[in-house]
Amino acid sequence: MQTVKMVVTGPFNAGKTEFIRSVSEIEVVSTERKISSEAERVKDQTTVAMDFGRISIDENLVLYLFGTPGQRRFDFMWEILSEGMLGFIVMVDSARPETFREARSILETFRAYAPTPYVVAANKQDDKDAWEIDDMRIALRLSQQVKLLPCVAKDKEAVKKVLLELLYSILDEMETSEISTSQEDLADK
Amino acid sequence: MALKGNLRDFSITQLLNLVNVARKTGTLVVERSQEQVFVSFREGKLSYAHGGTDGASLTMVLYHAKKLSAAQVRAINERSGGISDKELGLLLINSNYISQQEILTSLQAYYLNMVNRLFTWGEGLFHFDTELLPPKDKITVRISLENLIIEGTRKMREWEQLQGEIPSLEMALKFSQRPGVNLRNLNLSADEWKVISFINPKNTIHQIAKATNKNDLEIRRIVYSFIQAGLVDMVRPERAPVRQPVQTVQSVRPIQSVQSVHSVPSAQLIPSIQSVPSAESIPSAQSIPSVQSVQPRISLPQGSKTEIKSLIDRIISRIRSI
Repeated sequence: MQTVKMVVTGPFNAGKTEFIRSVSEIEVVSTERKISSEAERVKDQTTVAMDFGRISIDENLVLYLFGTPGQRRFDFMWEILSEGMLGFIVMVDSARPETFREARSILETFRAYAPTPYVVAANKQDDKDAWEIDDMRIALRLSQQVKLLPCVAKDKEAVKKVLLELLYSILDEMETSEISTSQEDLADK
Repeated sequence: MALKGNLRDFSITQLLNLVNVARKTGTLVVERSQEQVFVSFREGKLSYAHGGTDGASLTMVLYHAKKLSAAQVRAINERSGGISDKELGLLLINSNYISQQEILTSLQAYYLNMVNRLFTWGEGLFHFDTELLPPKDKITVRISLENLIIEGTRKMREWEQLQGEIPSLEMALKFSQRPGVNLRNLNLSADEWKVISFINPKNTIHQIAKATNKNDLEIRRIVYSFIQAGLVDMVRPERAPVRQPVQTVQSVRPIQSVQSVHSVPSAQLIPSIQSVPSAESIPSAQSIPSVQSVQPRISLPQGSKTEIKSLIDRIISRIRSI
């Protein structure tokens, strides 16, 4: 049985657990704990180690989805979770601009862990306070090449679209590297 | 959709950059306790600005720019009878009283000053309203934001430093007891002399700022230079509770002469309490499940690129079918 994994990361309360829950075929294995800090009490529970979801692709292949804890104090988990990932998704709460800087920082941290493809999901686009995608792109300082996708983590179709876009990016990346490798080969000859 | 938040989380320079890059048209409304600032943009350029209570009338702008006297402002207001700013501007230009360039320069300075105020706001709720445009009768300008952003970033850095040096404007100032310092020998600007004239342990820095019409950044700059030069010391205001802001400018007591300043024992500034995450909010190591126990063994796809591509294609087909 072959297994591959993707990582879902992002700041605290960005919607990572909900994202995985929407597509996982198993009940998400979650390591949530009650929040005791007043400052973070925008929700009751938070992921402290990871979330874990699964999608069986076929008889021989399984895709695992790992959600990272959002708070910096659990960032020791990030590198462990990023090992061997096919690609990663950075979730951002579109209605909480105060988390944009943190999202940017997490994105840079994961890029440093592994040069794998990634996409950014602008979650909670159904919220009345959600920022527009174009504004978020500027605020997050994402170039036009980076996929910034509108998302509502509770909506399975939106989550599927984000996953598919990441997979397309992985394919594109492979093709690009193939072209550059063959060009280097030609140059060597 | 909303473009709103708090300056605490998304700074004014970041906002201006967003407006500039996205070439936005509309009005940025920023609010802080009783204050409101409206800054309008047209295709990413600053076009108009005013404070909540201040409608940025041309007469007042020209008065502040010292192009009109108080008597002239009164006379214009009495005679004009609801004339719009554009009409008034034309009237002043046609009567050769003031040039078009002078009007535009005064307005630009006024609008920039409004935006500059925001650079000293550590926090404040903001929203960008694309429907809210400057009133038709107002004179608008076109100011590129790049320089404003660069200058603003500099100001914010300076502001942070000054805030560290002078954390509270509710402190008062007293002249240092240093022998041999004669204020008359000092080379001070008119603004600095104005501030000097209000230095008294009974006046808070905040009151002095109001009385001398200085914003938070300007007053901190002046006070900091006095402190650095060893002219003044910060003290707790006499007979005034530290946290109680004084309501009126009239309550500021100008000093009669420098010699009459009383010395007051200096009080130590208490730094603001930093919020530290509580110990109980951090789960203990035992409460976190071990990674090895939960994370399954993951293997990176091995094999040729064709095999990996086929694997990804299988995942794509499967996800499409979920």
